[in-house]
Amino acid sequence: MPDVITHGLAAIAAMFAQTKTEGRSAFLPYFPIGYPDYEQSIAIIESMAQAGVDGFEIGIPFSDPLADGPVIQAATQRALEQGTTLRKCLAAVRELRARGVDQPMLLMGYVNPFMRYGVEAFVKDARAAGADGLIVPDLPPEESARFAQACRNQGLALVFMLAPTSSKERIALVAQQATGFIYVVSLTGITGARRDLPPDLQDFITRVRAESGATPLVLGFGISQPEHVAMVGKLVDGYIVGSALVRAGGEGVAAARALAEQLLPS
Amino acid sequence: MTLDKNQAQQSVFPDERGYFGDFGGRFVPETLMPALDELTVAYREAMADEAFRARLAHLQATYTGRPTPVTYAARLSEQLGGARIYLKREDLAHTGAHKINNALGQALLAQRMGKQRVIAETGAGQHGVASATAAALLGLECHVYMGTVDMARQQPNVFRMRLMGAEVIPVESGSKTLKDAINEAIRDWVTNVRTTFYLLGSALGPHPYPMMVRDFQSVIGIEARQQMLDQVGRLPDVCVACVGGGSNSIGLFHAFRDDHDVELIGVEAGGHGIASHEHAARFADPDIGRPGVLHGTFSFVMQDDDGQIMNTHSISAGLDYPSVGPEHAYLRQTERAFYTSATDDEALDALQTLSKLEGIIPALESAHAVAEAIKRAPTMPKDSIMLINLSGRGDKDLDTVIHALEER
Repeated sequence: MPDVITHGLAAIAAMFAQTKTEGRSAFLPYFPIGYPDYEQSIAIIESMAQAGVDGFEIGIPFSDPLADGPVIQAATQRALEQGTTLRKCLAAVRELRARGVDQPMLLMGYVNPFMRYGVEAFVKDARAAGADGLIVPDLPPEESARFAQACRNQGLALVFMLAPTSSKERIALVAQQATGFIYVVSLTGITGARRDLPPDLQDFITRVRAESGATPLVLGFGISQPEHVAMVGKLVDGYIVGSALVRAGGEGVAAARALAEQLLPS
Repeated sequence: MTLDKNQAQQSVFPDERGYFGDFGGRFVPETLMPALDELTVAYREAMADEAFRARLAHLQATYTGRPTPVTYAARLSEQLGGARIYLKREDLAHTGAHKINNALGQALLAQRMGKQRVIAETGAGQHGVASATAAALLGLECHVYMGTVDMARQQPNVFRMRLMGAEVIPVESGSKTLKDAINEAIRDWVTNVRTTFYLLGSALGPHPYPMMVRDFQSVIGIEARQQMLDQVGRLPDVCVACVGGGSNSIGLFHAFRDDHDVELIGVEAGGHGIASHEHAARFADPDIGRPGVLHGTFSFVMQDDDGQIMNTHSISAGLDYPSVGPEHAYLRQTERAFYTSATDDEALDALQTLSKLEGIIPALESAHAVAEAIKRAPTMPKDSIMLINLSGRGDKDLDTVIHALEER
């Protein structure tokens, strides 16, 4: 690892450079702040960092998570009931950095709490807390000008998503505006573990690659098992596991860490 | 009369990106963006197609029972002692509310797009019933998401939907009301977007829904405007309608948008009173009603300091929603329309008053508009005219009303 601590886009680029050198894909677990409670969520993320994951999607609870399935809905609802706020999520990132977690952290949350906080203020505070980027599932490129400007000013990534329904034109649009990486949604649906990956996944990735150039692709939704990891590792530059880890996290730090270890890239 | 720039703009809103001034847009997951593009194109093509419009007009006349009449509320007007009050009788439309106007339009569009399955959300059950009705008429498969709190308070409508072959899917998440039903409908749509048409029931959600629902509901105002000219010889001084998501009100207001002498008044649900914060009056309570995003559109949203969406309260399930259609936010910002609220108690009183004086039992939603009329009409000159959109009939609310009156 380099001696100089880098943040934001540079840290994300360094992560992909590293995994590429090692000939593997990057593993970015998703975990929400405040589940099962604030302290345990920090302990779980810290333990996954120690297990050697490459980066994180730090989940920010929202009352109406319309892209999420039942597991993440229930977990983030519980987090809210326990008083988790956007400010507490930023405090959690600061705490994780203080504990020595040095992997890239991208904040994943819905658009309204960021707007309520103030887009520019939030991006500035996120950077100051030690976050490296934002993933906002209900913010398509068409609506992102203000967020994109704020992220540019602070050197943070603003990650956009692509879905199997995305047309060639939309893939090109997202590829053109993407910073950090492109979040490729594996299926038409909401978050949640699935037994099998979609059969047309390879074709979809090929369609995306045709437009996306050198921008890294990170696959998410439905990935939950080591067999999935073995398969997607060959297709994309990184992968995200959410619901399966959140379910394990409900059983405690050890269970979440054990699953994260099973899901490390081969 | 020539239109000034402002008026002309108002007529063509929203813009290409679905914005009414600062409000509107498309804040949805990428999976839905292509579907919204496809829907926008299909909608514009359909509305440009004379055969489509003729089929809709034919069904409106022979199935819905349009035009619905405008009734002079003589005894109510006399008792209030001010403006002469007229009622646009959407309660007489088939299924008992204005919701059928939009449901038929969208169901025809679904059929034209080759989508055999429609999904809908419902609060009071009126949009669910209208969707089930239109689906039965056109032979489409229909799934309706409904919060379990709303299912309990609108049992007859649940039964109606099932009778007409729709599947009613109980929603247990969050506040178990309309907001959560929309969340679940969107999750279904994200999952089944290739085969499914989302028949959204109010003038909200991502573009093109606020525009499309407004257009399908604008038949209310187009008819009423002409009926006032025919029956009274002039336009009303004031139009009043209740505002939940805002489809009946935008349907009435739209035809009057360029009649700048006609005052437009929207009535939100005041619940237990604005000071209690237990209400659904997004525009009335600046502590919690602020610009934000819910269900894909930027509008006024009831939210806490952290940006979490707040639970709302109204005696009327159809108004019990934390956001409001973006065009209303725009009409309010530009002061083309004004917004006020009526409490649960005022709506209950208004429901009884209209029932006793006119033999018309309004829906609890529409009773909010009547409540505003009861407050406002006495302050107006005797030769002035007020038009109320009576958006639905009250049969579905009898259990709620009996219960509420017993508790008094």
